[in-house]
Amino acid sequence: MTRSIDLTRRGALAAGVSIAFFGGGARAATGDKKLVVFIQRGGADGLSVSPPIGDPNYHSLRGEIAIPDSDVLKLDNDFALHPKLTAIHALAMNGEARIAPAVAIPNNQRSHFEAQDVLESGVTVVYGSTSGWLNRTLGTMAGRKIEGMSIGAHAPLILRGPVQAASWSPGQTARGDRLPMILTDLYHNDALLSRAFASGLETAAMATMAGATMTAAPARAAAAQGGGANVQAKQLGGSIAGFMNQPGGPQIVAVSIDGWDTHANQGATDGALAGRLAYLDAVVDGLQKGLAGEWRNTVCIVATEFGRTAKINGTRGTDHGNASTALVLGGGLKRGGIIGDWPTLASNKLNQGRDLAATLDVRALFKGVLREHLGVETRLLNETVFPDSAAVAPVTGLV
Amino acid sequence: MALPNSDQMAAIAVTRFGLGARPSELELAKSDPKGWLKAQLTRGPADQPPGQLPTSAERFVAYRDAQQARQAAQRAQGGVTAQPKGRPATPMPGQPMATVQAAVSVADATGLQDEFIARAQLAANSAAPFRERWVLFWANHFTVSATKGAARPLVGPFEREVIRPSAFGRFENMAVLSSSHPAMLLYLDQAQSIGPYSMRAAQAERARLRNPNAPKPGLNENLAREIMELHTVGVDGGYTQADVTEFARAMTGWSVGNAMDGDQVGKFVYRAVSHEPGARTIMGKRYPDTGGTQALTVIRDLAAHPATARHIARKVATHFVSDEPSPALVSKLERSFVASRGDLAQLAAALIDADEAWAPAPTKFKTPYDFLISAHRALGVAPLRPGQIVQPLNQMGQQAFSPPSPKGWSEDAATWAAPDALIKRLSWSQGFASQVSGGPREPMKVAMDALGSRLSAPTGAAITSAESREEALTILFMSPEFQRR
Repeated sequence: MTRSIDLTRRGALAAGVSIAFFGGGARAATGDKKLVVFIQRGGADGLSVSPPIGDPNYHSLRGEIAIPDSDVLKLDNDFALHPKLTAIHALAMNGEARIAPAVAIPNNQRSHFEAQDVLESGVTVVYGSTSGWLNRTLGTMAGRKIEGMSIGAHAPLILRGPVQAASWSPGQTARGDRLPMILTDLYHNDALLSRAFASGLETAAMATMAGATMTAAPARAAAAQGGGANVQAKQLGGSIAGFMNQPGGPQIVAVSIDGWDTHANQGATDGALAGRLAYLDAVVDGLQKGLAGEWRNTVCIVATEFGRTAKINGTRGTDHGNASTALVLGGGLKRGGIIGDWPTLASNKLNQGRDLAATLDVRALFKGVLREHLGVETRLLNETVFPDSAAVAPVTGLV
Repeated sequence: MALPNSDQMAAIAVTRFGLGARPSELELAKSDPKGWLKAQLTRGPADQPPGQLPTSAERFVAYRDAQQARQAAQRAQGGVTAQPKGRPATPMPGQPMATVQAAVSVADATGLQDEFIARAQLAANSAAPFRERWVLFWANHFTVSATKGAARPLVGPFEREVIRPSAFGRFENMAVLSSSHPAMLLYLDQAQSIGPYSMRAAQAERARLRNPNAPKPGLNENLAREIMELHTVGVDGGYTQADVTEFARAMTGWSVGNAMDGDQVGKFVYRAVSHEPGARTIMGKRYPDTGGTQALTVIRDLAAHPATARHIARKVATHFVSDEPSPALVSKLERSFVASRGDLAQLAAALIDADEAWAPAPTKFKTPYDFLISAHRALGVAPLRPGQIVQPLNQMGQQAFSPPSPKGWSEDAATWAAPDALIKRLSWSQGFASQVSGGPREPMKVAMDALGSRLSAPTGAAITSAESREEALTILFMSPEFQRR
């Protein structure tokens, strides 16, 4: 495998493409700060991620999908975590995980696709931008040689844009040295392919150095498989850490986890949603352990496009709602309670009479992390990363 | 707008409209590229995959029986495995063999692999590739996905029973067939939706008086929302959350037969006891309570709504021509859809007739399925075993019959031309090229036959100077022009 690294680099160099990926000096100005953004696609049910155990209406609204008090992992007298989030709960007990229990995107979309677009583009108009806010964040750090990477076979909007981001998924890599060179030449005048291919070759080389697992394990298929899936999820987290630990490796990573659209039979302590949470927990666990000492320089955000209806629906699930829980994790977090206020589940407080209402714009959370953790200037946050967002003040006191 | 010359048009016809040229296909298309495409239109059903595949009801029953057999095997062994439904078993040390076999046959009973390989063989061998691409477009428009356990055995039959028979008929007919097919009813949770004031809900309330833990069934609005947002008027179609809920109420009672329904098992059933009584108002129009046909009328109205014509026109243009289609093209297709009252054969003809669809520069980046099928076609071969196509699709991020959401697979280059995906395409191309490099044609001839005038000078030069036939074919597959259509 080492052979292909040399060859790959030679191939890229032959075509006049310089590789900054391994540049040891490149990171000097960045510090070691790392950011991982997990996107839960499908609308994750925040009321199950962090059950509001102190809210008098929780059990009556939720019925059989309420997480039983005897099973939850308590954070305090008001909130708990889902029983499957054991690793994240352990972090929370150590002051390294906090919840934002009522965040939402700025406009109340009920379409997955529009809401994901707003969540990832960072603009308030649906389909208003073809670049994502993480890509524009990379753009603000242009002088700092910071790398971004998405995990999975497709490029998610959040990392699309003018700055080429890497992508990686477990599986086969190319053999030999000639073809990468020939194709690099052939793509020379093709903006889309030349950029993507060069990045792909760099990442393939780095995967070897990082010892990233090459086991083909489509996340979705793996996720459906009980215990074994969580071993693979943990390996995936470890592979991501392997990349991030490399000199010149990505410091900003986006991970998509799908399967949160629980309209029917979502379950409680066990069941469909519990399986997804166990998977998420295992990826985080693998990542945190893999990063080892670098964990203290890392912040992870887990966010979804919207939450779900407060009340159980007719098919033992929940429908598209508004606010949900975001998680903020990291070795360098400041201790604190919940981020944002709790609107309560009282019937007169529900959004449109059906959903948990939002008390915090998800952009405020993102901006807070970018400001305090990565040091992105407020002006750039307000104008470039999240355009026209000056009125949305960054959350403070996170890091 | 001037049209390209006939060589260029033939190359566009076979790649952009078709599935990539098979050997000698370009010759057939050359004299009259538009005529070659139009000859593929039909008044009847589209092609069916080869072989005798079971009906959705048969698949439903086989899957249910296999699950029950597995449960019985587990009970007989006195243990419960954590094996989820429909997944192949991994034999664990000490696991009783009977349980393993039962779980394996549950996976087989979904028929997914059989369905998928049959479909891929049809695409690889088809002499009417535009007709097949048209089917694939509509199958992605009315997405059902094997990611939902209950729908898994019905995804293949859905395409055969809904999409292929109606792909050249009226759009309204396809929308009705889709919305009432068991695959869709299960995929989007309609089968269990119950009107809150229906007789069934009242029965459930009485049961709950005796046992507070008894289920409390009710409304599920998932299918109603996606019919409006994705299948018909589109997200800007002018409906509100209240319209979605009203439509969901109208559709209550549409379900799938179970063991208690006799010979209706696995088929569409209307359950009057679950239907929400009363008239509904949707997008300003009142629908009297006609029972099971109430939602039918709504779907027909949605299909005929002007917003639907716009939505469909844009999607067709985006799929066939460009991620950012020209307004002129969209407007031509929209006018055809309106004038023909949603006649899909006429819509396909309007696409062929539109000069904008023949712009020489290819802007569409092939999806993984398109890429794999076109590579097979270039060599004049078809995949023989499911794994030959299912595994590379997993790697490239387009899992067989498993789009990630009801929106279906993405269309745009920005999604598919990701760095990792290109490496996966290269890796597969190397393997495939080494298998097929013993063929009778020289690689340059393969390239000419596949791309015609779209083959560029640099690609031709790279193929000519390749070290081996394998390398030459890999260069062809990975060339910018072969990756696009």
